[in-house]
Amino acid sequence: MTVTEQAPSTDPVSGATVGRVIGQRLLRREDPALLTGEAKFTNDLAIPGALRLALVRSPYAHARILSIDTSAAVAMPGVVAVYTATDLASLWAAPMPCAWAVTADMKNPAHYPLTSTKACYVGDGVACVLATSEAAARDAAEAVQVEYEPLDAVVDPEAALRDEVVIHDELGTNKSYTWDLKVEGHPGQVDEAFAAAAYTVSERYVQQRLLPMAMEPRAVAAVPQPFGGDITLYSSTQVPHILKVMTAITLGIPEQQVRVIAPAVGGGFGSKLDVYAEELLCVALSRKHGVPVRWNEERTENAHATVHGRAQVQHIELAADASGKLTAVRVRLIGDMGAYLQLVTPGIPILGAFLYAGVYDLPQAYDFSCTGVFTTMTPTDAYRGAGRPEATYAIERSMDAMAAKVGVDPMELRRRNYIGKEQYPYTAFSGLTYDSGDHLAAAEMAAEMADYPGVRARQVTQNVAGAPKRLGIGVSSYFEMCGLAPSRVLASLNYSAGGWESATVRVLPTNKIQVVTGTSPHGQGHETSWSMIVADKMGVSPEDVVVLHSDTAIAPLGLDTYGSRSLPVGGVAIAMACDKVIDKARKIAAHQMECAEEDLDFADGSFSVKGTPERAMPFAAIAFEAFTAHNLPDGLEPNLEAQVTYDPPNFSWPFGTHICVVEVDTETGQVEVLKYVAVDDCGVQVNPLIVEGQVHGGVIQGLSQALFEEAVYDTDGNLKTTTLAEYLVPAACDVPSLTLGHTVTPSPTNQLGVKGVGEAGTIGATPAVMNAVVDALSGLGVTNVQMPASPHNVWRTLQSVSAEGGSR
Amino acid sequence: MIPAAFEYVRAGSAAEAVGLVGEFGEDAKLLAGGHSLLPLMKLRLASPSVLVDIGRVRDLSYVRDEGDHVAVGALTRHMDVQLSGVLLEHVPLLAYAAGFVGDPQVRHRGTIGGSIAHADPASDLPAVTLALGASYVLQGPLGVRVVPAAEFFKGFLTSVLEPDEVLVEVRVPKMGGAGWGFEKFTRRAQDWAMVGVAAWCRGSESGVALVNMGSTPVLASSVMVALGDGAGVVDAAELAVAEADPQADLNASVEYRTHLAKVLVRRALQTAQTPHTKP
Repeated sequence: MTVTEQAPSTDPVSGATVGRVIGQRLLRREDPALLTGEAKFTNDLAIPGALRLALVRSPYAHARILSIDTSAAVAMPGVVAVYTATDLASLWAAPMPCAWAVTADMKNPAHYPLTSTKACYVGDGVACVLATSEAAARDAAEAVQVEYEPLDAVVDPEAALRDEVVIHDELGTNKSYTWDLKVEGHPGQVDEAFAAAAYTVSERYVQQRLLPMAMEPRAVAAVPQPFGGDITLYSSTQVPHILKVMTAITLGIPEQQVRVIAPAVGGGFGSKLDVYAEELLCVALSRKHGVPVRWNEERTENAHATVHGRAQVQHIELAADASGKLTAVRVRLIGDMGAYLQLVTPGIPILGAFLYAGVYDLPQAYDFSCTGVFTTMTPTDAYRGAGRPEATYAIERSMDAMAAKVGVDPMELRRRNYIGKEQYPYTAFSGLTYDSGDHLAAAEMAAEMADYPGVRARQVTQNVAGAPKRLGIGVSSYFEMCGLAPSRVLASLNYSAGGWESATVRVLPTNKIQVVTGTSPHGQGHETSWSMIVADKMGVSPEDVVVLHSDTAIAPLGLDTYGSRSLPVGGVAIAMACDKVIDKARKIAAHQMECAEEDLDFADGSFSVKGTPERAMPFAAIAFEAFTAHNLPDGLEPNLEAQVTYDPPNFSWPFGTHICVVEVDTETGQVEVLKYVAVDDCGVQVNPLIVEGQVHGGVIQGLSQALFEEAVYDTDGNLKTTTLAEYLVPAACDVPSLTLGHTVTPSPTNQLGVKGVGEAGTIGATPAVMNAVVDALSGLGVTNVQMPASPHNVWRTLQSVSAEGGSR
Repeated sequence: MIPAAFEYVRAGSAAEAVGLVGEFGEDAKLLAGGHSLLPLMKLRLASPSVLVDIGRVRDLSYVRDEGDHVAVGALTRHMDVQLSGVLLEHVPLLAYAAGFVGDPQVRHRGTIGGSIAHADPASDLPAVTLALGASYVLQGPLGVRVVPAAEFFKGFLTSVLEPDEVLVEVRVPKMGGAGWGFEKFTRRAQDWAMVGVAAWCRGSESGVALVNMGSTPVLASSVMVALGDGAGVVDAAELAVAEADPQADLNASVEYRTHLAKVLVRRALQTAQTPHTKP
């Protein structure tokens, strides 16, 4: 029996206590099934007798529907039924949900799974086919004859605000809302700061539309149960719990009759944080026909019918004093909502509203306003980072612009503005409390890893007039602002749900442990990480822990997985549930060992009496006692099980600094990333291997916005990037190796000290890359390059500055 | 991603394939590696009613030294072209360029004959074989004919190949130690070239052809003539687009594509004229 009284040491990488399960680089238990194809995704499920759904989608961005002739389609082999919106109108108890009315006067057009009178984007569903096979359904969908009257498309969100073409007649305008956040220490402070500023910058950035492109497109199967009208909805979703509630409300089904299961899910990046027409259609039609109905999205269909991300026009102005210290920030944002408001569409820009001052110490002089506008394109919604990458991009790009104005190195300007370590916990201009951070430490580590001074020195010799390849270095410091979210804060933002998470920890008779979580993993490795938390708390092996999730019948309480919330909310809930179980076990141990509870130590899976460690009782023995209930304290219920619902007191505030080094071929415009350094601080790392994986994927996704990806629409509203040949998701050989570093600043707001890491890479990467590209070309007079910094865009930019005689 | 319905027949030999496409006529398409045709069918941009699969005709997969030229069987996979010892020795430009087609999966399935017969101006090997002065052997119901690459391509995805003919062999002259260069400009490694250039020179002789600079692979004759007349590489490269008819697409405007062609022709020729270095 060992008693570990010596001070535990801390692992420098994970921040976890050495020797604990937390902090180990365990391989993901999910991976063998995923890698061997054993894992079952929604479309892999064998569902006897299921009919296949196919949608007839508008080929026009904006068109009145004059007539629909289904007769040819109905007559085709294998076709069971063909429906238009009118045929199905009686099935809906409510329109499709938007859960975030950001303002009281927000305009939200009624949006149904099929549109009846007007198509408002290419891909808008106008009819649907049920058939006995997918091929038959798709063939018949092509045979449905729809007569359209094409109307002008609206593809420029700034022009949309002029209302020259109004998309939703009943609204009378394309403007959905304007949401303001003006915070001033005294009235007029922002204007005064700009008037008194030694330096100001005024920048305009365009966040191009992106396609989330989860590896698994969406898939749905609705299966009526044999008795009582119950229905099970399988969906490739991030949010089975939200989907269950919304399905019940939208279809008018008693909630207890709806069960939602998310089988293996191949990524989402926010795009599966939604309630989609196809989910509702499958449920409605399976109830109508009394048979299972399923639908599987094609890749090109995914480009049209699954939400898009980003799509903002950003105007940002900074004011600074003579030393370059920020004195005010003013932001005017236009958010392209697309054709309709999906689940949280209008709130996405608002999630970034608090971050346009970045990681900098700003007085109460902040003036933010966002206008949401409808266009005739696929609706936008959450995409990895959701508002925060956009905000970070604007502040980090404009900090470089400010550095140029002030005439100091971009890193030096940041040093002068970082919130100091000693200022934490820091109450921001907005009233939000940033819990912990050390921005300077992360920045200095990144600078050293990137050899920042060395690159600056090389630039002097390399970036001479006529140099064919110019060197650039870019910095970005960020907050992730995640762990969504304190329910009361969400209430203040008019969000319709809370931000808590639920966990149940249940000890089985043989000391195996079941964890039931309300999080819904789709690639994050929750089964691995959650088992590590439990193993660490309870003194068992991670292999002895099973994690149950993503089925609303098994895990009835939960708010699912998005916004880097799963660990800092759901994981912490699990740790708290473990504590409750241990507390109960302690009562049993004290009873059986005839001592006081407070005389017991719990370590390494065993209770022992303080001072006499040979008097001990392993947890396994207590688990069995709790099960047999032969000898429990009076009044104590049998079994060891605890349920916790945890509402976090604050967001969590991961942070870090990324540095990118690029070389730009000035002849071709090609950008080559020479080095990428990411120093991230997500607090304590439960599994550093998974943290690295999240940072790798996140950085590449952010870099991809900077260099590769763009959803391109033509002026008629046709999406031109509908396959992976046109929509440029890079492959492994197209992106650089990453150099990762970590600092560890444990979160003071939860017992694990964890913060979340799912979006950090994406938030930090885009501005770091673009700052590097612009830095490389700054000697030629370039001050901005439109994303993506494709060879063509870079070349065009160089052409325009040389035409302006901008070379210097 | 589900193609329209089609019939599928498998040919055991080139002659049988010729018979089958003759029988089914214009509705039939030959299926070799499937890496050009099947994507079009899955997007329903092509809907042949019959696929004649020649993918298992083993006797059309070979690389043979034929003295003054190398004969490459039409069903030779890109990977086998890339790694062929005969080609590496005698036609290194072709072997090298084959290593840039698509990605490893594509190179293990796609075939040189399929790529050429598909006549996509954005594909690499049509332009490479054009630059090399290759000719293609076409087998039809009445026998075989040999067509020079310069006379084969007629327009976007169209060639002189008749519906009842099968491209069975590619004949490539040996390069005889000529210097060479190959430039493929892409956004991602696996993409079709935005612009590609295959070039070789030996004394006053040269061959230069462009990928994705018109509706067919383009022989840059003006560059070749200028080089023959003693022009320098930089000056000759300025003539890169004289025979081209570039189109705009998502990745490049006409102006940018024109600019790129000049830069890449210059670079390819510089590589070709740099002694003892291979890319």
